[in-house]
Amino acid sequence: MSETTTISKSDELSRQENYRQLEDFINENKEKKGYLIPILYKAQELFKYLPPEVMSFVAKGMGISESEVFGVATFYSYFKTKPIGRHTITVCMGTACYVKGAKKILEELQNKLGIKEGETTKDLRFTLGSQPCFGSCGMAPVIMIDNNVHGRLTPDKLDEVLQKYK
Amino acid sequence: MIEKVRTQLLLCSGTSCMSNGAQQVKDSLEKALKEANLEKEVEIITTGCMGICELGPIMVVYPDGVFYQRLTPEDAREIVQEHILKGRVVQRLFYKKPKSEELVDMMENIEFFQLQKRIVRRNCGVIDVTTIDDYIGADGFMALGKALTEMTPQEVIEEIKKSGLRGRGGAGFPTGLKWDFAAKAKGEKKYILCNADEGDPGAFMDRSMLEGDAYSVLEAMIIGGYAIGANQGYIYVRAEYPLAIERLKIAVKEMRKHDLLGKNILNTGFDFDVEIRMGAGAFVCGEETALMRSIEGKRGEPRPRPPFPANQGLFEMPTVLNNVETLANIPYIIMHGAEKYASVGTEKSKGTKIFALAGNIYNTGLIEVPIGITLRDIVYKIGGGIPNNKEFKAVQIGGPSGGCIPAQHLDTKVDYESLKELGAIMGSGGLIVIDEDTCMVDLARYFMNFIQDESCGKCTPCREGTRVMLDILNRICEGKGKMEDLDILEELAYRIKDTALCGLGQTAPNPVLTTLKYFKDEYIEHIRDKKCRAGVCQSLLRYEIDPEKCVGCTVCAKKCPVNAITGEKKQPHKIDQNKCIKCGACYEACKFGAISKR
Repeated sequence: MSETTTISKSDELSRQENYRQLEDFINENKEKKGYLIPILYKAQELFKYLPPEVMSFVAKGMGISESEVFGVATFYSYFKTKPIGRHTITVCMGTACYVKGAKKILEELQNKLGIKEGETTKDLRFTLGSQPCFGSCGMAPVIMIDNNVHGRLTPDKLDEVLQKYK
Repeated sequence: MIEKVRTQLLLCSGTSCMSNGAQQVKDSLEKALKEANLEKEVEIITTGCMGICELGPIMVVYPDGVFYQRLTPEDAREIVQEHILKGRVVQRLFYKKPKSEELVDMMENIEFFQLQKRIVRRNCGVIDVTTIDDYIGADGFMALGKALTEMTPQEVIEEIKKSGLRGRGGAGFPTGLKWDFAAKAKGEKKYILCNADEGDPGAFMDRSMLEGDAYSVLEAMIIGGYAIGANQGYIYVRAEYPLAIERLKIAVKEMRKHDLLGKNILNTGFDFDVEIRMGAGAFVCGEETALMRSIEGKRGEPRPRPPFPANQGLFEMPTVLNNVETLANIPYIIMHGAEKYASVGTEKSKGTKIFALAGNIYNTGLIEVPIGITLRDIVYKIGGGIPNNKEFKAVQIGGPSGGCIPAQHLDTKVDYESLKELGAIMGSGGLIVIDEDTCMVDLARYFMNFIQDESCGKCTPCREGTRVMLDILNRICEGKGKMEDLDILEELAYRIKDTALCGLGQTAPNPVLTTLKYFKDEYIEHIRDKKCRAGVCQSLLRYEIDPEKCVGCTVCAKKCPVNAITGEKKQPHKIDQNKCIKCGACYEACKFGAISKR
């Protein structure tokens, strides 16, 4: 995927390629029962988020209404309808992390990145969010960046962790 | 196939150990073994979670059973050179008992493991998660073979009924009965589903189960499918568990390859297959009717029952939904018989329960204990007590649907009935230990906030009622509460319990009700005295510098983001209370303990 915000020729090409892959995936699976959510997964994997035109494309491909696709996409917090950063930081707000200071971690991240929860940095490097527990309570407080869990954090350890993600 | 080796290194590869560097430890072990020409004699086995996540990465050396903890790649090299080559154990890496710091050499001598009884987690931490051979070697699929070839579907159901197994997802409904209903229901197709949408904050036993022994769960699903007459299963697993999903996929692939999934399983003519479906971040999808909607590709909103899923569930067909842990009990029951299983536990609650022990406690991790053990044994013996000389305050059990149990009830037996009497629930098994530094009002607010976020919005009591409860709790935490708020909270709580559509709403008020019951004085302090004794509720805090202890190092003044701290070098400093925003930066920065927070 492109790492810049400006739309270049190669971006346009990869966009077309994404649509083609999504179409193939829809055609392969649309006969399966209840396959809308896995298809949205695929769409988000390809496009990184679900812009309206992609949701329309899915609706058309599956032969269902746009409102149904939109309704499902907005119900589940996993699906993003706005562009997200190259890396997603998820602060665990589970009970164990909460009693061990997760709130401070989230506040510190907000200060460092200059964004609030649910927002994305201007350079599209990070999107910041929170989740109630991803089951790494033994290492509380934890954050997950992309699919990597970082545990036993304190606010002053954050810089070191963030540096690994460019 | 298993080759003869002289030593096996069991390296935990659960999520906790992995993110603490288990992979690097493994790489280093492999390299060191190769350099010593031992790679044929020593085998590294990557196992599922051993439970004691606090100490990760951990490794057990077999056959001697020596237990090493908090390993680094350099430590791994030392173990190869000292222990494996020269037979000298590396004491430095032994487990230290909390407080006494006494060294413990063997896994079986660590108190954390001694009081546990491993039925469900029998294979976790023992077998290699990446191959099917280890599971087969550990009597895997024997139960399946027995059920399919020696038992009728009805006999399987009777065996489960006799075992007294109850649903481990929270509500504790008898599993055999559930299967019986679905077996008797009529439908052209039936389904068996596995609920791995473990959403309760503080619970991670299902994740660990799937990471460490996915085969048991899949084997149980086939047995369940046979019992009720279903040929298709779905596993609904949280997307936040990438490692569990990966291992599930491996397991499914291996089983298809060995004809343990698909057509004509074990040559018995029985067909069964499973599909893995990922959740998409909606807590309410742990509720059975909502989960089924979600598999159907719809918004995961619950619907009223009846009709119950046993008659009309997924795609309107008879459906059984079992939790991961419930299913993992099944192969054991079929293999060893209902009677042996039922010999563990209490009169009404049989078997074991897995708890995720976390919070302010020495040994955090996963434990499997016989039902009926006391909370005191869990907290002080298995958990090792409370660190940092803090006072025990409560355990929060059962997540957002559960409640807080205070010190005076520590001798309560952990079973479905006793916990319900206290206002909590067994729940899915999150067990969070809370010390004096946690504010109970803030904790109640935390859970209500969680419920507000996760309420699907379909029914009014849950959507609006919990909103009002949250507003009140916010007010109390900000020091703006009124005494009558407590009555309103209680009344709302009972209304919501009685009228909400699904389990999420009906149990949502439990954290508030139990904290009101056992910690009412803290609520009253917040309202009347504008005081938070745990020092958590920021609006009620007051930071002060003790002039006796302050050495005038100026660190706090430099840290203060609003320049509220003034003072000359080497002279006691002072905080301007009008400017102070109560961020606590000075408190954290002071090396002399001169700043107090009240």
